Amino acid sequence: MNLISIENLCVNYGAKTVLHGVDLKVDAGEIITIVGPNGSGKTSLLRAIIGATPLKEGKVTLKTGLKIGYVPQRLNFDSSLPMTVERFMNLSNNISKKECFNALEKAGAPDIFRNQISQLSGGQFQRVLLARAIMNKPDILLLDEATQGLDQPGSALFYKQIEEVRRDTNCAVLMISHDLHVVMSASDRVICLNGHVCCSGTPANVASDPEYKAMFGAETEGTLALYQHHHDHDHDYDHDHTDKKVKHSA
Amino acid sequence: MLDDFMTRAVLAGIGVALAAAPLGCFVVWRRMAYFGEATAHAAILGVAISLMLQISVFAGALMVALLMAWIVTLLSGKNYAMDTLLGVLAHSSLAFGLVFVSFLSGIRIDLMAYLFGDILAVSQNDLAIIWIGVILVLLLMYWRWSPLLISTLNEEMAYANGLKPKRDKMILTLSLAITVAVAIKVVGVLLIVAMLIIPAATARIFARTPEAMAIIAAIIGSLSAFCGLEAAYVFDTPAGPTIVCTAAVSFIIFNLMGYIYKKINSI
Repeated sequence: MNLISIENLCVNYGAKTVLHGVDLKVDAGEIITIVGPNGSGKTSLLRAIIGATPLKEGKVTLKTGLKIGYVPQRLNFDSSLPMTVERFMNLSNNISKKECFNALEKAGAPDIFRNQISQLSGGQFQRVLLARAIMNKPDILLLDEATQGLDQPGSALFYKQIEEVRRDTNCAVLMISHDLHVVMSASDRVICLNGHVCCSGTPANVASDPEYKAMFGAETEGTLALYQHHHDHDHDYDHDHTDKKVKHSA
Repeated sequence: MLDDFMTRAVLAGIGVALAAAPLGCFVVWRRMAYFGEATAHAAILGVAISLMLQISVFAGALMVALLMAWIVTLLSGKNYAMDTLLGVLAHSSLAFGLVFVSFLSGIRIDLMAYLFGDILAVSQNDLAIIWIGVILVLLLMYWRWSPLLISTLNEEMAYANGLKPKRDKMILTLSLAITVAVAIKVVGVLLIVAMLIIPAATARIFARTPEAMAIIAAIIGSLSAFCGLEAAYVFDTPAGPTIVCTAAVSFIIFNLMGYIYKKINSI
């Protein structure tokens, strides 16, 4: 059985359609990356999965008892909220000091136990978020641009950790990312989203897909310049999803 | 013991300070000060309506405070920025409340008592209602403490944990409305937000965890209520405002101490 099964998902934000006709299935142990321009509905897709946004149409089915580990992009933190790393780690998981320490050690940040969250560096902060997310042994990890604010070695290290987590626990990973190069190599499957699923498949397949090229052509210059393709249709960043496009994706 | 008006006043003041402490922390963390202000100002309209219909002031204030919270939630994210919207609602409900009260010519009303509290006139009956409200708020806060903390940090994280951030936010709003309703008698609608924010903000200096901040805020709030009442007695000043002054002075003193401590440590 799939961990997550999404059928014909439509999500509106006010009068604007952000997602339509999205089908997606996630199996155990898979690493899936969602790429797409700003406003393409990546975050809305994650929000639909966790039940944070009402669905206009379609169905999101989670495996019964599915445990989700969620790594947010950032926290709404300001210095008015005192919070030690330890307290943050056991906010929702009732865990012992020892377990908390072990989880942080595994995440490569054992000595920040007593620090205030607001004083952590970007890298330490992401490690804490990841450590918290994997602590209750989730079936799937959801990452919303979790490497934002990390430099390139930092994010490479972060993805390496995620691969290790998958290897050790067979936990599936569904992540949104902007770091196309790193992401491509680590993923089993890449989904290129722009209101609908434009194309999906193995990293190599997607990288050579004309729709992907059309969307990310300029950004991926250099790394993916080997691929030469012709656009079969226009895919500008703010195209509106009229009925014509719905048919196209179906 | 409850025959003494001073004892009743101290108990009422401490009760409000206890409920205001955990709630005030969330008001600070979630930046809801202006929202609290709007809810509190709306309560004067509730007072006017209760006097007109001759129902309990607590019930009327609670109802209108909740109604205000609901209207704010309904209108937020539409055409105006949140602070503009709250500014319009807070001050117009205060103004309408004051105008409404003026229509009640048949009854002699001491408006000042509702604006700035009348803690020395707290009856045994009032005290019972205040403490029922306080205990209810404390139970709600205790029950939803961690879920509210998680959704304060990140709403999606709360959803992914299987929580219901929208419902928890409603519980927070309900607690705020209850606190406003029971605090009218103690500090009045104009100074309620001060009782929420000042002890919590002072507690921030000492706290390393959210729980510590709430507990320290409760201690500071209770001490302010007690010392403020004593000071009001000695200097013959209005009790509600004196309590808030005491809290404000402690805020200044502790912040100065914290600043000096840091300076000394950094040398």
